[in-house]
Amino acid sequence: MISIDIEKNLRAYQGKRTLKISRNFPAGSITKIYGPSGAGKTTFLKAIAGLITPENGKIIVNGEVWFDRSSGISLPPQKRMAGFVFQDYALFPNMTVHQHLEYATNDTVWINRLLTIGKLETLHDHKPAHLSGGQQQRLAILRALAIKPKVLLMDEPFSALDAETKKILLTELKAVFDELKATILIVTHNPSELDGLTKSELLIE
Amino acid sequence: MADLSPIWLTLKLAAVTTLLLLVIGLPLAWWLSRGRSIIKTIIEAIITMPLVLPPSVLGFYLLLAFSPQRGVGKWLQQNFDVQFVFSFKGLVLASFIYSMPFMVAPVKSALQQLPITLAQASYTLGKTRRQTFINVLLPNIKPSLLTASVLTFAHTLGEFGVVLMIGGNIPNVTRVASIAVYDSVERMDYASANTYSLILLCITFIMVISVFLFNKYQAKSPLD
Repeated sequence: MISIDIEKNLRAYQGKRTLKISRNFPAGSITKIYGPSGAGKTTFLKAIAGLITPENGKIIVNGEVWFDRSSGISLPPQKRMAGFVFQDYALFPNMTVHQHLEYATNDTVWINRLLTIGKLETLHDHKPAHLSGGQQQRLAILRALAIKPKVLLMDEPFSALDAETKKILLTELKAVFDELKATILIVTHNPSELDGLTKSELLIE
Repeated sequence: MADLSPIWLTLKLAAVTTLLLLVIGLPLAWWLSRGRSIIKTIIEAIITMPLVLPPSVLGFYLLLAFSPQRGVGKWLQQNFDVQFVFSFKGLVLASFIYSMPFMVAPVKSALQQLPITLAQASYTLGKTRRQTFINVLLPNIKPSLLTASVLTFAHTLGEFGVVLMIGGNIPNVTRVASIAVYDSVERMDYASANTYSLILLCITFIMVISVFLFNKYQAKSPLD
């Protein structure tokens, strides 16, 4: 269970404003997050991961306090270990597909399984520059899953995938999500693409 | 045949200076690249000053600061038997300060140009700042790192005013190639001056062209 009640100041096109979110996400649930550009969707995910610090509030994950402004608690991202799929993928240009996963985990069985799920087995020695946009996006997803996170935060993770690949990947991912029992938040610009995968949603305006 | 000891001394000085600046300059560049503060601005200004300060001015103040007759120099001499003035150590210290901007500025600029999400992705995988710096950031600024190292090395080869002020002209100790050229010309020994100059010219050209060739796929020149 993720319990969030935060406030974060944003610099928006229209000037400064405050992102306020108060919400509980049940353990193991998958929630799609949508809303207009600049509404603070990415900021919200990064605040959970510990990559930015909210001005106020609390973030409690599975009973552990990740952030509490009033008591000065703010776990670093290294301790939160939330899987994060970045909108720009944030792949490491110096590492091959396999090295990306090895950097995240030593579990070779898990690495091989992820490569199969992402259909990247034959490309395991390729660096990101030699992958297509869709392959890069799949690698970003696999890397986030490599740490077997209890919280998975995905920022537009399927935007570069064609409909067929997306459908197959979502089926595979659903099995992995169930297995990991992770609480998953997915930011999307196309909420309908996640129909059947998510049961709850959050609109950020 | 000219005495080649100034060339070897120069190469030794450039190598030691570059190594020291790699060890100390890289973490410093990384620190400076992350966020801004008034302290960082002041430190960066101090690091950059040798680019515009006459080398003789820097050398003069180093000479005063490390003179064994007073202050820090006297204290170092009395407590640790260390003397910077008119010694190879002094040349290293002066070169370190004088060449620091050539190492720090390109590395800092390259680190700032990397997307911030690279480091963030590494942190979310549980990696520390140090692991991230070594495994993710440094390997992705290799061309700039090479450029910075070559510039530092080449710049140290050409130092004159600052090393003359703090080191003087002691054969085999502080008489580096640039000083040997000047000294040879003063003695009207143009043949030796030409030998030293030609060797420096060749070394510098080979180094600069190597950077161009190594970085060609990144379309970077040593001036980038």
